[in-house]
Amino acid sequence: MNLNSNILVKLNNVGYRENNKWLVEDVSLQVEKGKIVTLIGPNGSGKSTTAKIALGIYKNIEGNVEKYTDKVGYVPQKISIDWTLPLRVNDFMVLTENIKHDQIDEALSLTGVIHLKNKNLGNLSGGEFQRVLLARAISKKPDLLVLDEPVQGVDYTGEIALYELIKKISDTLNCGILLISHDLHTVMKATDHVVCLNGHVCCSGSPIDVARNNEYKTLFGDQASQILSVYEHKHDHEHSHEGEIKKN
Amino acid sequence: MFDDFFIRALIAGIGVALVTGPLGCFVIWRRLSYFGDTLSHSALLGITIAYSFELNIALSVFVISSLIALILIQLQKKTNLPGDALLGLLAHSSLAVGLVVIGFLTFIRFDIMGLLFGDILAVTTNDIFIIWGGGAAILIVLKLIWKPLFASTVNYELAEAEGLNPDRAKVIFTILMSAVIAISIKMVGLLLITGMLIIPAAMARNISDSPQKMVLFSVIGGILSVVLGLFSSLEFNSSSGPSIIAASLFLFILSLIKIKQSIQLKN
Repeated sequence: MNLNSNILVKLNNVGYRENNKWLVEDVSLQVEKGKIVTLIGPNGSGKSTTAKIALGIYKNIEGNVEKYTDKVGYVPQKISIDWTLPLRVNDFMVLTENIKHDQIDEALSLTGVIHLKNKNLGNLSGGEFQRVLLARAISKKPDLLVLDEPVQGVDYTGEIALYELIKKISDTLNCGILLISHDLHTVMKATDHVVCLNGHVCCSGSPIDVARNNEYKTLFGDQASQILSVYEHKHDHEHSHEGEIKKN
Repeated sequence: MFDDFFIRALIAGIGVALVTGPLGCFVIWRRLSYFGDTLSHSALLGITIAYSFELNIALSVFVISSLIALILIQLQKKTNLPGDALLGLLAHSSLAVGLVVIGFLTFIRFDIMGLLFGDILAVTTNDIFIIWGGGAAILIVLKLIWKPLFASTVNYELAEAEGLNPDRAKVIFTILMSAVIAISIKMVGLLLITGMLIIPAAMARNISDSPQKMVLFSVIGGILSVVLGLFSSLEFNSSSGPSIIAASLFLFILSLIKIKQSIQLKN
């Protein structure tokens, strides 16, 4: 029984081993409704592995996963789609669930790619494809969103807008989000709880706690902890797709 | 106008094309051409067993091909051999065992050419029932597993993460492949069944921009191939299987013209 009904997924001391090498070991964390948990860590620190354990993609794991929802949206870090498949954005949006047209349009508009609806998936740029992946994951209005580097390849202003969107989604849908980023600095504002990984949980807490943590500093260098101020300023305008400048 | 056997062959052939169309698309998308070959080679073993124990051929082929397919899935998990080596191993060993068994069955006269290349004269009313009944069952099951099968074809981890159970869909699809081989073996012959799965679907890929369109064109292409093939088989007294496959090749070549045009448009 799920006594605390706000918990969506809970990892209890999980670990995963491949070819006799531990990819992650002894990780515990939980994602609750309306909260954003961010996994950070250097390359190869087991962020994606942890996400896949939470999603149930890896089966032979140490420890256990308690999952309290089946409505999951996933943006994987790497996705290789075989172009022997003729697939338009529109077809991709209904890949795992049949959702209504207006829901598809709404999600594509939110991530700014509604104009690509009938384009072939193979013809998109990296950033455009990333926005489609995010739109697909949010369009089904999931309880749990797992976003593995969701803004890779997206331009800088787009990156900020998408993180703001992610924050908004977590607030409006009241869904829990497990977010993976290699960079604490870009996700600072959006996140409630940060877990810093390096094969194991190296430190965790609020973003500011983690940024001040000594283990975090040794892992990412002194520069990393100087980011605290960076994110405080606001943009007073944004650029639309046609290149016009819109004042906020 | 036409002889009864020809009408029967047409009805049976169209039934086969309705099923091989959608399944053929998955064979192409999931890169299963050699898997299809392996299953159809193993069908010879199924046929000889059917003769030995006086069983229904389609049923016997279905059971043996499914068994071979499940053995393959197990071998893939348990050994370190590459997939194509395992496919070759199973294809040729089951073919060899089938031929050895034929050697023992000296009391039965086999129409080897008919088995290998199909024989429209051999299609009975009973076969039509098997093709249409079995075909309808295959299409219904395919419709039921379409979502997980298609999603995992696009990306396995997405399907698994979002709770679609792709492993189960894969096993069911494997059994559907055995079933389609079992019902089409009399029409097309065991050497050319994979051609019937792949060539109309390949033609359809050239002229489609969405999965649904590809399935539709693949079915239409298959039906056209059957009709063209059977008429030419009647006209030139050629085996039905090769005639149908040659007709589908002709359609594939036509579809290349469309590709050439769209490449020119892009430039």
